[in-house]
Amino acid sequence: MTLTHLDRLEAESIHILREVVAVAERPVMLYSIGKDSAVMLHLARKAFYPAPPPFPLLHVDTTWKFQAMYALRDRAAREAGMELIVHRNPEALARGINPFDHGALHTELWKTEGLKQALDLHRFDAAFGGARRDEEKSRAKERIFSFRSATHRWDPKAQRPELWQLYNARHAKGESMRVFPISNWTELDVWQYIAREKIEIVPLYFAAPRPTVERDGLLLMVDDERFPLAPGEVPVERSIRFRTLGCYPLSGAVESEAASLHDVIREMLLTTTSERQGRAIDQDAGASMEQKKQQGYF
Amino acid sequence: MTSYQPDALIRADVAAYLARHEEKSLLRFLTCGSVDDGKSTLIGRLLYDSKHVFEDQLAALEDDSRRVGTQGGNIDFALLVDGLAAEREQGITIDVAYRFFATETRKFIVADTPGHEQYTRNMVTGASTADLAVILVDARKGVLTQTRRHSYLAQLLGIRHVVLAINKMDLVNYDQAAFDRIRLAYRAFASEIGVTDFRAIPVSGLGGDNIATRSPHMDWYDGPTLIEHLEQVPVDADRAARAPFRLPVQWVNRPDLDFRGFAGTVAGGAVHPGDAVRIVPSGRTTTVKRIVALGGDRARAEAGEAVTLTLADEVDCSRGDVIAAADDPPEVADQFEATLVWMAEEEMLPGRSYAFQLATQTASAVLRQPKYQVNVNTLEHTAARTLELNAIGVATLSLDRPIVFQPYEQSRELGGFILIDKATNATVAAGMIRFALRRASNVHRQPTDVTREKRAALKNQRPAVLWFTGLSGAGKSTIANLVEKKLARMNRHTFLLDGDNVRHGLNRDLGFTDADRVENVRRIGEVARLMTDAGLIVLTAFISPFRAERDMVRAMLPEGEFVEVHVDTSLASAEARDVKGLYAKARAGQLANFTGIDSPYEPPETPELRVDTAAESAEAAAERIVAWLLEREEG
Repeated sequence: MTLTHLDRLEAESIHILREVVAVAERPVMLYSIGKDSAVMLHLARKAFYPAPPPFPLLHVDTTWKFQAMYALRDRAAREAGMELIVHRNPEALARGINPFDHGALHTELWKTEGLKQALDLHRFDAAFGGARRDEEKSRAKERIFSFRSATHRWDPKAQRPELWQLYNARHAKGESMRVFPISNWTELDVWQYIAREKIEIVPLYFAAPRPTVERDGLLLMVDDERFPLAPGEVPVERSIRFRTLGCYPLSGAVESEAASLHDVIREMLLTTTSERQGRAIDQDAGASMEQKKQQGYF
Repeated sequence: MTSYQPDALIRADVAAYLARHEEKSLLRFLTCGSVDDGKSTLIGRLLYDSKHVFEDQLAALEDDSRRVGTQGGNIDFALLVDGLAAEREQGITIDVAYRFFATETRKFIVADTPGHEQYTRNMVTGASTADLAVILVDARKGVLTQTRRHSYLAQLLGIRHVVLAINKMDLVNYDQAAFDRIRLAYRAFASEIGVTDFRAIPVSGLGGDNIATRSPHMDWYDGPTLIEHLEQVPVDADRAARAPFRLPVQWVNRPDLDFRGFAGTVAGGAVHPGDAVRIVPSGRTTTVKRIVALGGDRARAEAGEAVTLTLADEVDCSRGDVIAAADDPPEVADQFEATLVWMAEEEMLPGRSYAFQLATQTASAVLRQPKYQVNVNTLEHTAARTLELNAIGVATLSLDRPIVFQPYEQSRELGGFILIDKATNATVAAGMIRFALRRASNVHRQPTDVTREKRAALKNQRPAVLWFTGLSGAGKSTIANLVEKKLARMNRHTFLLDGDNVRHGLNRDLGFTDADRVENVRRIGEVARLMTDAGLIVLTAFISPFRAERDMVRAMLPEGEFVEVHVDTSLASAEARDVKGLYAKARAGQLANFTGIDSPYEPPETPELRVDTAAESAEAAAERIVAWLLEREEG
C-alpha cells in the first residue's frame, strides 16, 4: 500500500502539532476562520483524538470580518471542545480604526499589534499559524518552526536549519515561536483535503447572489451597514464567491457560479490568477510581505 | 509526453478527476547546482510548465524580468524562485526554499538549495528529507568539483536516486558526444562514492527541452524526460514500510483515567492490533490493542503515518521511548561514532556539552576531537582538531544517558540527530550515527573497599571544590590563597589548583583558543574530582570564562560539592590594576584570545558565593567564605 500525497501531508502536519504540544509551555492556535485554519483545526482534532486539542484557539479580531465568519468561528470552537480567545486591540477599538479611513494602519493596529498584544497578554510561547509556503515568495523560505524575538521580530538571516523531522524548539524566556503545520500544502491540496475529509468551511467560499460594489478594481461585498456608499450608490447583486477571506472591506470577490465544493475546485484548477490577487495587503510591490513579517505580522 | 493538467477532464467531470488525484504519491527531491548552471531557471521552468504560475504572478514576472532580469527582454524564470528581497538585489540564492508542483500521478516538493561552497549547511538540510537529487551540470563545463561535492553530500545524507541534468544543451548545439562524455565521466565517479542509481538527462532549462516535453533538437536521446523520470522513481518511504516496526513515542495521550494512548509517527515497518511489541529501552513486552483514529479504529498503519496506539498491558512508556517489533527491537547505547556536519559560525568545541536530539529523545552530548575531516572537494580525509562552519568530519560522542538508535544507513529517523548550543539554542550540527562504541559498556569502574566517604571521615571534613571564577587580575588567586591558609590553620586538608601552575604541567600542551580553554577546564575538573574522592577540599583559581564548562564540572561532582565563587570585578578596574601587565599586552595586540578583550567572559547566573571586589577586601571575602564552609559542614 502506498500512502497518497494527502496522507503524507496529513502525517507531517500531525507530527508537527504533537511535537509542539510535547515541548512548548503554552501553545495556542491562531484561528482566522478561513479554509486553511479549518484544515489546521481539523488536523489538530485528528492529532489529539480522543482528547480535544490541548490548547486554546485565538482569534485576533478586527471587528471587520464577514458575519458568516463569526458564526462559524463560535460553532467550530464548540464542536472541537476548545476554549476560544477573542482579542481586539483596545487602542484600535478606541480610535475607531477601520479599513475605509485608515488604510495600512488598519492592518498594523488590528492585526500586527493585536496579535503581539494577545501573545504577550497570555504569555503564549508557541502559536500555530495556517500559512503555506506556496502562498508568497518570502513564505517559501520560512521555517516550519519560526522564531520571534521578545519584540516579535523575525530575522530571515538567522533561521535554524530544519533537518529530517527534528525541530529544535528551545528558546529563551520571552522569545516565542510561530509554527506552521501546513507549510508544505498547496492551495489545491487544501481543497482536496476539505473534500476528502468533508470539512466545514465558511459558505462565502461558495458562489451565491450577494450585494456588491466595485472599489479600485476589487469587487467588494457589502456585508453590513458600515460600508460607506457614495450618495445614490446602490449595491449590485452579483453571483460571487471568495478565494480568501479576511476583513470584508479588504477581500476581493470573484464573479462565479461555483456553488458546490466540486465546482469550486474545478474553477480553482482552471483559474489563471493566484489566490492572493484578491488581497489588498499584497498589492504593494515587491518585498512588502517580508517587511510586514519582520515587524511581527503573521 | 506528459500533460500536467488535463483541462478537458476537469471541465467534464471534476469528481472523476479528484478521485484520480487522491491517489497521487509524493516525491521529495532537491536540486543542486550554482546559479551559473541554470538551476533557478530549471525550477522556474518546472513550475511554469506545470501551470503553477498564475497570470498575476506572470505579469509580475514579466515586469521583474524587464527591470532586473538577465535574459534581455525575455522572461527570466530564475526570478520566480529567488525569494527574499536581499537575494533579489544580490542576484543569488542564499537559503533553502521549498517549491511545489504536481503532475497527473505525483505531487513534488522541491528543496531548492544553493550550490555555493559555504552553503554545505543548506544543501544538507534540503537533502535530509529528499528521496532524489537533481544535480545540474553545465554542458559546456562538464563534471566540476562542485558536481562531486553535491554527489557526495547527497550520498552522505542517504539519497538513493540521482539525476544528472546536463543543462544548457542549446549552447553545445545539442551535441550527443558532449552529453556522452559527461555521462561517462560522472559514471566513473558515481560508482567510486557508491551512487548506484543515477540517470543522465540532456536538457535545456531556457528552452524547456526534455523537461516536460521531449526536445525536438535531440532525436538521439531516447530516455525519459526529466518529469517522466521523476514520476517513476520509487519513493523511499515505501521502502521504510518493509522494515521492522518502530514507533518513537512523541506524546502520551491521557484525556481521562481510562484512556492511555501513545502518539507518534511510525518510523519503520507496519503495525496491526494484536502485534507483539517491546518498549525500548525498558525491554517490557506487550501487544498492541488498538490503533485509535478520529472516525474509527484502524486495522493497520505503516511507516510515515502519524498514529495513536493503545497497549494491552499497563506498561511504563513515555516520550522518548520507542515501541518496536518484539522480536526485532533496535539497539540502545550511549557512545557513538558519527559523521557530523558543522552548521554554526562558532566552531565545534570538543569537551563541551551540547544538547542532543534524535527522534523524540533528548540528551547531553560531549564530542571528542574529530578523527578526521572530509575534504568535500577531493573526498580526502585530513586531520582536524575541530570542525568549522560547513566542515564535515567523523567524531565520537558520549551521551549522559543511553538512547535508542539505528545506524543512519538503516534509518534516517533513528540515526539522524542534531546538536544544539545550550547557551544560544542555535542548531549547531547535524549528525548521522555510523555505529555504537562498545567501550562504554566494557570499561567497568573498579570498586574500592575504602570509599570516598571513609576517606573524608578520616579527615573529619566534608569534601568540596571551591571554584573561583572571574576576569584575569580580579584577585581569584589572592583570595583562594587566603582561604587555604585559614582552612589549614583549622586542620582542614586542602589543595589549591592554580591556573598558571597547572598550565606549566598537566596542561602545558594547551593554548588559549576556545577549544583549548574547554579542554583545560575539563582536565582540571577531573583532577578536582579525584581529589574530592580522596577527601580533600579543593580550591581552583581559573578564569574559566564559559558557563557551559563550569556547569560541566558541577555535573561531574556529587550534588552540593561544587561551590562556585564569582570574584566579580569590572573590566575597567581589573585592567587598571593589571598586576601581570597582560591587559596592556592584549590591548597592544600581542596577546590573542584574552578574556574580556577579544574573548568573552560569561558570568555565573547563580553562584553559591559572590565577591564584589569594589565593596569587600580580599581578607574580608576570605573570612566570609570560610564561615560559609563551616556552616555547610555543620548543615
